[in-house]
Amino acid sequence: MSNSATKKREPLFHIIKRPAIPMWQSLLIRAGAILAALIVAGVITYFFTGLNPISVYTTMIEGAIGTEKRIWNLLQGIALLLCVSLAVTPAFKMKFWNIGAEGQALMGGLASALCMILLSDKLSGGMLMLVMIVTSIVLGAVWALLPAIFKAKWNTNETLFTLMMNYIAMQIVSYFSYKYSVPKGSGSIGIINSSSKLGWFPSILDQKYLLNIIIVTVLTVLLYVYLKHSKHGYEISVVGESENTAKYIGINVKKVIIRTMLLSGAICGIAGLLMVAGTDHTIATGTVGGRGFTAIMVSWLAKFNPIMMFLTSFLIVFLEKGAIAISSEFDLNSSFSDIITGIIIFFIIGSEFFINYSIKFRESEKEGKNK
Amino acid sequence: MKKTVKILSLVLSLILAATCVFSLAGCNKEPEAPADEFMVGFIFLHDENSTYDKNFIVAAEAACQELGVKYVMKKNIPETAECQEAAEDLVDQGCDIIFADSFGHESYMIEAAKEYPEVQFCHATGTRAHTEGLENYSNAFASIYQGRYLAGIAAGMKLKEMIAAGKFTAEEAKMGYVGAFTYAEVISGYTSFYLGAKSVCPTVTMDVQFTGSWYDEAAEKEAATALINAGCKLISQHADSMGAPTACENAGIPNVSYNGSTQAACPNTFIVSSRIDWTPYFKHIIDCVKNGKDIEDDWTGTLETGSVVLTDVNTAVAAEGTVEAIADARAKLISGEIHVFDTAKENFITQGGAPLVSALADVDTDASGEIIKDTEAISDGYFHESEYRSAPYFDIQIDGINLLNTKF
Repeated sequence: MSNSATKKREPLFHIIKRPAIPMWQSLLIRAGAILAALIVAGVITYFFTGLNPISVYTTMIEGAIGTEKRIWNLLQGIALLLCVSLAVTPAFKMKFWNIGAEGQALMGGLASALCMILLSDKLSGGMLMLVMIVTSIVLGAVWALLPAIFKAKWNTNETLFTLMMNYIAMQIVSYFSYKYSVPKGSGSIGIINSSSKLGWFPSILDQKYLLNIIIVTVLTVLLYVYLKHSKHGYEISVVGESENTAKYIGINVKKVIIRTMLLSGAICGIAGLLMVAGTDHTIATGTVGGRGFTAIMVSWLAKFNPIMMFLTSFLIVFLEKGAIAISSEFDLNSSFSDIITGIIIFFIIGSEFFINYSIKFRESEKEGKNK
Repeated sequence: MKKTVKILSLVLSLILAATCVFSLAGCNKEPEAPADEFMVGFIFLHDENSTYDKNFIVAAEAACQELGVKYVMKKNIPETAECQEAAEDLVDQGCDIIFADSFGHESYMIEAAKEYPEVQFCHATGTRAHTEGLENYSNAFASIYQGRYLAGIAAGMKLKEMIAAGKFTAEEAKMGYVGAFTYAEVISGYTSFYLGAKSVCPTVTMDVQFTGSWYDEAAEKEAATALINAGCKLISQHADSMGAPTACENAGIPNVSYNGSTQAACPNTFIVSSRIDWTPYFKHIIDCVKNGKDIEDDWTGTLETGSVVLTDVNTAVAAEGTVEAIADARAKLISGEIHVFDTAKENFITQGGAPLVSALADVDTDASGEIIKDTEAISDGYFHESEYRSAPYFDIQIDGINLLNTKF
């Protein structure tokens, strides 16, 4: 008795931060997570629907990459999601929680659409495109600049501020989509310039989405270099790690915040341009389609590495496209594919835990005595 | 980077493995539908959880199963370029007809129709088929104003019953209506509802409140509550959400619903509901394409085709004799003995106290989005709704209907 009273009670297990683990080990953990996710999702599929999980998975794969056109659409989906994800990344790296990408991209898209509606008969095609590019980038940047200034000057909460800006952007877009609706009053603008195709991105090699894909690929590489190898990129990570350190080594924190948010908003503006001029050729409150929020997950899962973000956005868009195929092939409610997607993402996020931490179980009583 | 490549290769090999397993397992499975088998593709904005889409989905299944036709459905397709992608994908799958159900899908369907002239594209609620000049693109709607008129009769009878019971005077008989936008489809809807009520209860007036959205449960509930507080004795609505019916049930105010019965949720206030049954339309287009017949640019379903239907009357709430009155008016509408927008009838459709003798309607949609009135719609003593194109175009403000907000 006296012995056990002095002995500290040990919990069943400890969670210990791991030192960096070798690459093969972390890869094994991630692969294991995906495999486990597929098995769990398969078991759940079987028990709830009685369907053969393998044929469900195959349908997903077929639905995402089954035909040449589907592959192009997949790449296009990745390009748009990746573009918004690239936009939020510099801000996130600085620990500035920009959750306003939805609104910033929407404003960029609105600028493009308004140019197409109002200036098509006043400017030449090339000039129109130039004005669209400039106004989209500027409007996206302004939408990000406002919360940045307030943060830098008065230390307001950027999460709430950027979130609010989303709703304002949506209201502005819904105002204009009513104002310019065709037919008037319907609340829907429809495709702009469908016969003249003014302000539309041109098809390259007969592929209407190729230009979007090229632009986003270039942006990805540029942002990777900017964040990894430029002075600005270094300043961003220092501010993100510790504002005090940044101040101590002479970084102007306010300037970095404002500059980085301008960049973030400008890339969102480009995303809006791609969605309007390169994809939908119209604007509606649903144009960005929640990508502003999905992008947060893409960016985090990839640990803010633009190249890795290609993979995470591939995963998410792949699951989305597959989900539509499942619901049409097996007549399952789309909620079911959301469940599968949820399981897979849960396991992938969960695997990060096992990469960063290890679990040590309590040594058994016997061993303790032998000591 | 190395890590990236490794992960990618892992993911890909997993996918590959899964594909292999399937292709082995799939050996004795039937091959995919051969290209020459007849097939219909459907594009829906949402899935069954939306009453609007459910109405189409149920009809599509019924029509295809009845005719023994193969079909593919794509649900949750937004009103963006994804609609065009979905249509193109359905073409690749070998569909002979592709149908989309939401107004905002129209311009993408037209683009797809231009791209694939050999496939028939059909779209409900759209307005542009008769001006686009595409052989393979057509619009459809139904004369739902007739259904609303019949539902209005049920409303008028209920008001009359309440007046007779001494609940309020004939001059106080005011109805409330929750609309989406000041758009022809909505105006045509509430006016025909009002006229149905007026045909029974001549002193009735109506307040209309717009929400500025096609689906916003909170705003619709709020609008209905505001109307009730403003003294409306009965409420009807255009939208599909449960907002207005719920507000009515809470306040104990009778409600005439739309797009299906809300009786289960509102047993004490639900009177009747009108809706469009799309089954006859789907059977029609399948029949046309299968037999090489042309589909008209605009197809308008009517009471006669079975496209405009009413739910069962909730006799616990409705006034006595409602069922008979509706059946009687229905027969007369079909025979042409009465018309909904009857401009010849005295003190029925007036503007500033004067009877309506001429009305130009915006039948052809103009690319600029401007409303250019191009067609005289009144002749032979009535306004010819849904005859020059399927989508409604009656957009006239008449006496007795008071718009509370016109900002939308």
